[in-house]
Amino acid sequence: MSLIGTLARLEAVSTGRAQPGATVRHRHLSERPLVLVPLTTAGEAGAPLGALVGDDRDAPRLLVVPQPRDRDLRFAFLAELADVVLPFIDSYAATVEAAERAEIDPETGKRVKVEVELCADAPQLIVPSRAGIDFVRLLGRSMRFRRTAEQDPETPHPAPPRVPLLGRWFTHYGERARVPGSALLLALTDVLSRHWATGQSTLEDQHLGALLAWIDPPDGVSGAEAALRAELARDAKGQLLWPPAGPATDPAFDNKLLAPAIENYNRARTALAAAEDGESADDRLRELTAAEREIRVLVESRTRPTWDAVWRGLDLLRTLPEGTHAGDRWTRDRWSFTGHRDRVTAGEPPQPRRDDAVTAANKLATREREQARLEAQEALDDPLVMAGRRLSGEAFAGEVTDVVMTYSEGKRPSPRPLVTVRTDDRPQLGERVKVYRSLGGKPQAAEFVGYEDDPGAEGSVIVLRVVDKMGRGKEPEAGSVPEKGDLVCFTLFEHEQRGGAKLPDADQTPWTHGGPPGEGAATATPEPDRVTEEDVL
Amino acid sequence: MNAAHTPQAAFDPGAAAGRATDAILRDTLHGTHRGVVVDSPPGAGKSTLVVRAALELADAGRPLMVIAQTNAQVDDLVVRLAEKNPDLPVGRLHSSDSDPYDKALDDLTNVRKSAKAAELAGLDVVISTAAKWAHVKVDEPWRHAIVDEAYQMRSDALLAVAGLFERALFVGDPGQLDPFSIVGAEQWAGLSYDPSASAVTTLLAHNPELPQHRLPVSWRLPASAAPLVSAAFYPYTPFRSGTGHGDRRLAFAVPSDGSGPDRVLDEAAESGWGLLELPARHTPRTDPEAVRAVAMVVRRMLDRGGAATSERGPDPTPLTADRIAVGTAHRDQAAAVRAALAELGVADVTVDTANRLQGREFDVTVVLHPLSGRPDATAFHLETGRLCVLASRHRHACVVVCRAGVTDLLDDHPSTEPVQLGVTVKFPDGWEANHAVLSHLAEHRVAWRT
Repeated sequence: MSLIGTLARLEAVSTGRAQPGATVRHRHLSERPLVLVPLTTAGEAGAPLGALVGDDRDAPRLLVVPQPRDRDLRFAFLAELADVVLPFIDSYAATVEAAERAEIDPETGKRVKVEVELCADAPQLIVPSRAGIDFVRLLGRSMRFRRTAEQDPETPHPAPPRVPLLGRWFTHYGERARVPGSALLLALTDVLSRHWATGQSTLEDQHLGALLAWIDPPDGVSGAEAALRAELARDAKGQLLWPPAGPATDPAFDNKLLAPAIENYNRARTALAAAEDGESADDRLRELTAAEREIRVLVESRTRPTWDAVWRGLDLLRTLPEGTHAGDRWTRDRWSFTGHRDRVTAGEPPQPRRDDAVTAANKLATREREQARLEAQEALDDPLVMAGRRLSGEAFAGEVTDVVMTYSEGKRPSPRPLVTVRTDDRPQLGERVKVYRSLGGKPQAAEFVGYEDDPGAEGSVIVLRVVDKMGRGKEPEAGSVPEKGDLVCFTLFEHEQRGGAKLPDADQTPWTHGGPPGEGAATATPEPDRVTEEDVL
Repeated sequence: MNAAHTPQAAFDPGAAAGRATDAILRDTLHGTHRGVVVDSPPGAGKSTLVVRAALELADAGRPLMVIAQTNAQVDDLVVRLAEKNPDLPVGRLHSSDSDPYDKALDDLTNVRKSAKAAELAGLDVVISTAAKWAHVKVDEPWRHAIVDEAYQMRSDALLAVAGLFERALFVGDPGQLDPFSIVGAEQWAGLSYDPSASAVTTLLAHNPELPQHRLPVSWRLPASAAPLVSAAFYPYTPFRSGTGHGDRRLAFAVPSDGSGPDRVLDEAAESGWGLLELPARHTPRTDPEAVRAVAMVVRRMLDRGGAATSERGPDPTPLTADRIAVGTAHRDQAAAVRAALAELGVADVTVDTANRLQGREFDVTVVLHPLSGRPDATAFHLETGRLCVLASRHRHACVVVCRAGVTDLLDDHPSTEPVQLGVTVKFPDGWEANHAVLSHLAEHRVAWRT
């Protein structure tokens, strides 16, 4: 953790309230996000128990699987989920604007500008916690290879029509969420703890109730007390007042309420199947419906508090103005969304089980670039974040005390003004280290020349040589060189990221990396593990 | 039989190293495999091997590309090649940034420098960084390549350049710091081509039949250090020092004043190792007392007129500032030490992090222990390679400055990294290696105050 982060947490402990970790909102928030609060079944990976989903805070749609081990009921749940999510996605896919993209012309091999469609906005998906993102990814993986009866009449367990498509979208959202600074799929706890520092550990920050208790405690209660209550308070029946944000449920709920209700449902279903005449079947169907309704009530009672907490958290985030560069990053999310929309429309197969060598390397390179970009942009957008970088010696701010004009040697001398900056910061400057400041949104570079001894001055006096962004002439363009008395802020980190080298195409994978991936090797189902003696007791 | 247990007299380091080098060159020049991997412990003559292999490949008329990881390594190789064979036409491919290469290359007549690979076409040897090579496109691949520091190269960097050559010699030190990525890459853990793994890991996962060689002798590490570094960091691939116990000597003209720094210097001069132990305390990373202690040790080392005698010559050479290095785990610690040294009027001593000290050599090193003063032992601070780099840069002696209580800290923090399926477990783990080094250092402990 950064020093300023530690200080903010200490201050949160002493004041009993979360402290700001940012002065602007560093993630784009959609006007109309789709919130998904999923619950999973204990002990059954990938078996959803239910969910609240929707884009209207007052009218969430409740989806429930009354018997999570029943494959048909699970499919019915996923089909219902697809009925909510896919129309929401489609509503964004149709509105496009014209944009340009650089592509390599296959004939000439040159980079040319191509006019393409870019979706004017993208659908944003919000889950309460980081575990929710993992669950979206898991659902995506479990759905995208399913075959519908239409795709394959022979398939033994055909999936409802739109389920595989939902799987592809969830997979795309889950992968995109791994890109630093992206906002297509956000975990609310992550976004909140980016903007506020609480007096608890980062692990405890993953509890949405406790996190909100620190940020916005009830009147007269300290954040620590409120957070403790959010984590532990139970009603007379031993149930948590603020159930966990999921997808995992509280064991007390599972054992005392859910298990009996599911058992009840099972009994009713067996009874219905055994009904001998129409009249008793009617009665037993009524019982089954009642049993199902009971489970629905239970699931709603566990998801609704989280649902309301998510919207409250979004309200809190909306009180911060959006950072300048958050919009740029959202545009990248729109590109990502548009790209996947096009792949789906073009009838491409679902994302493979595993990335091939080239895809993996490309993804890693993109994410590293986005991480560096995010760190730089957050600092440029937000003086509080920049203060943290200044405190750690990665930036410095101060007043220009002197500017001396010098010129580069060579045939065409260019301006190389020496700028003296007095600062109280202690940047880690070494010989010829490059520093950057933002000049009209573009980075201007300067070189560290040395420290100047000025016995009268407090702090340190730094001499820099500005090296670019001063125009082509012998004299620098107006406003391109700092003037005496200007307040400036230079960073030791670069503001923009260079694109990496182009990797070979997958069919050109070199011998060091196993050669080109075989036909269908990436999508083929791996052999199940052999049964060994240890498997059978 | 373990090679480390054969008696000293029976072991001729020069002959053993010569045999290993011959076998490597034979496989490289005449072997049938597309790749040859050479593991080299610290100071085992890796650069010498690279230069020799390059010269022999050039002699054999095979166009050669050399891939190193940093510009400093590239420049160093170019200079060494020119020293060995001033007539060899060498190309230095560089970036288009300002100051892309060491100005010393301008004095070498047969070295052509360019930012465009096409302008260097036809030269016997072309050298550049992996990052620059990744931008090069060729119709005809090079017959041969040498990949230097291959264990520090990431798998995705090799993917970007492997199409440029037909066959290659991969040279590196498996014990040094693994490459890292600034974002999580767990998603690909266990895949043979995990882009965040080292280039050699991926290469061998796909080509397990490639011949693997090992350089058996460290010429840098003194007889006092090689057994410890070998046992702690290379438990299954032991190596020996090229020199014996009497071959290197470190002496100070000015006698000890009885202070902690002076006593630890005497201990290190005598035994090759010294541990200056400060009282236990949890501190910020830039622990001011430990940083001052490091600076004081360096100051006293210079004040006391150190002189180093080695197998390189009969006369002692003075221990000057440029022969001393300070190693830390973090950059802010290095910055703090630099500031403390400047306050004591010390200049020209190299102060850097383990990552940047990789591949460098000094007479004496002073190390701020990565775990000193910490309340926890994270994977970063436990990383085997980090300690290995810090403990293997010296020709004569190594002084470690550390707060007491690191042994207990280690016992409180066993490795808890999640086990990833399909990932080869590396031995030794950092926990084990740290304990091995600490228990050895405990025999050379000097308390800060008497």
